[in-house]
Amino acid sequence: MSLLENLVPTLYLASAVLFILGLKGLTRVKTARRGNILSSSAMLVAVIATLIEMGTVDYQWILVGLVVGGLIGAVAAIKVEMTSMPEMVALFNGSGGGASALVAASLLWKNVIEAEGAGTAVEALGTAPGITAVLSMLIGALTLSGSVVAYLKLAGKISGNPILLPGRHVLNLALVGVSLGLGLYATWSVADPGTLAMLTLVVLAASLLLGVFLVIPIGGADMPVVISLLNSYSGLAAAATGFVLMNNVLIIAGALVGASGLILTQIMCVAMNRTLANVLFGGFGAEETASSGGGGGADEYGPVRSFSAEEAALVLEDAESVMFVPGYGLAVAQAQHAVRELASLLEKRGARVEYAIHPVAGRMPGHMNVLLAEADVPYEQLLEMDTANPELKSVDVAIVVGANDVVNPAAEKTPGSPIYGMPVIEVWNAQTVIMIKRSLSPGFAGIKNELFEYDNTMMLFADAKKAVQGMVTELKEL
Amino acid sequence: MMGPLLIGLYVFVLAVFVGFEIITKIPPTLHTPLMSGANAVSGITVVGALVASSSGDTKISSILGLFAIITATVNVVGGFLVTDRMLGMFGKKKK
Repeated sequence: MSLLENLVPTLYLASAVLFILGLKGLTRVKTARRGNILSSSAMLVAVIATLIEMGTVDYQWILVGLVVGGLIGAVAAIKVEMTSMPEMVALFNGSGGGASALVAASLLWKNVIEAEGAGTAVEALGTAPGITAVLSMLIGALTLSGSVVAYLKLAGKISGNPILLPGRHVLNLALVGVSLGLGLYATWSVADPGTLAMLTLVVLAASLLLGVFLVIPIGGADMPVVISLLNSYSGLAAAATGFVLMNNVLIIAGALVGASGLILTQIMCVAMNRTLANVLFGGFGAEETASSGGGGGADEYGPVRSFSAEEAALVLEDAESVMFVPGYGLAVAQAQHAVRELASLLEKRGARVEYAIHPVAGRMPGHMNVLLAEADVPYEQLLEMDTANPELKSVDVAIVVGANDVVNPAAEKTPGSPIYGMPVIEVWNAQTVIMIKRSLSPGFAGIKNELFEYDNTMMLFADAKKAVQGMVTELKEL
Repeated sequence: MMGPLLIGLYVFVLAVFVGFEIITKIPPTLHTPLMSGANAVSGITVVGALVASSSGDTKISSILGLFAIITATVNVVGGFLVTDRMLGMFGKKKK
């Protein structure tokens, strides 16, 4: 073997090792940033190895693509608000999935459809690459369209409510059948370029449609699961492309991402006490609301005690320990900096401040942590639910900022409630609960929250940011 | 002697296990950066896009390749940059 022949596989191996080390870096906050840099250098090594392997080619499209894609990606990454991170990740997921589908389609065109007398795809590419090209197109395309729908839901451009089409399970099954069946048939036994091209387009269209139908019935609160799953899919699509190209780096990197997305999906499901099947096929929000008679409206509540920011500040004045419980409302109101300001003020007055983070608070795994980190909250103060719950018994004031279902006692106390069994943050164990919320409207589960009626609960009806800022102002004047 | 498909499957399965082992150890605080970082890694498909767009002509395959390389690069550059931005916030020195 020549030096070159050895060099390229060695570089690929180095790249794979760097990917794994990069991932390992993410296991600790201190090494995480270095880990990310290791991963990106792994990518660079893989690209260099591929360029060497290809030899001299026409670089025109490569350069155009790298510059255009690089600019779009960089601008998006620099400009995005931390509160919009779920939308951003959804779009990036989609572009990764779409890229894999495009690569597979391009290879089919190049080696089969445009090559004269190539025969069928399986004859031209080999059995495994031919079959995995179909998988790559299927998974990649559905990741693309599914991510776009997820983005639209997250950005509020379409309703976050589950949209349930009649007969959707049959429809989805049919679409899987069409794309897989036609795809395999096309790659296996169609030698006519025109027919193959048309069938490939049908497969891509069916896969895109499938992505839309898979995500549209899923409600806004289940978005953490959906994003995690699409993340996993984008990795699997890359791995499938790796099989097409017989390139181990693609297979390894794709497998790592696939595993990562799957684990996050699993964590999210456990945190919501639901099975993955239930999230994907249940249309949760819609059905549960219907079955409990549209429950959770303001009229269902007995007397709740409404307080002003000034009264809340009076309670906080004597508090020695305060636990913030942030939810999606904090992100919507961009209240993270106000919360941090209130926390600093309390700390100056000698109180111990911590934050209890529910795994599904926000719209993606770890969303709250990023927002609070943006506001300079030390990550040591961010407690996981399991650590926070025992501590809450000795906490003076728990301040719930824009969270609802994740602090609903019904999850522990009301068998038969749709969320019964879901792990929640037991804020009611604190001496006093300050609940900042815009109204008595239900959370995504669409059910009543008895916490609002508890004797130790103070309801503060306001926008999260304004309420917290109000408390800061009042507390300063005391 | 194993065929290339089987070798690929070996690599895939072992990599999944490595992934599981490492990722279960990542703390929830870092789950968002993990996701955006993993997302950037899935842009590894850029390697395939390089191959696909290396003809420089205007055949359908090359145009598909061009779009593949654009979308993959968005994924890679955007994903790694945004992850770095987030992790920078975690690492900030406290006064």
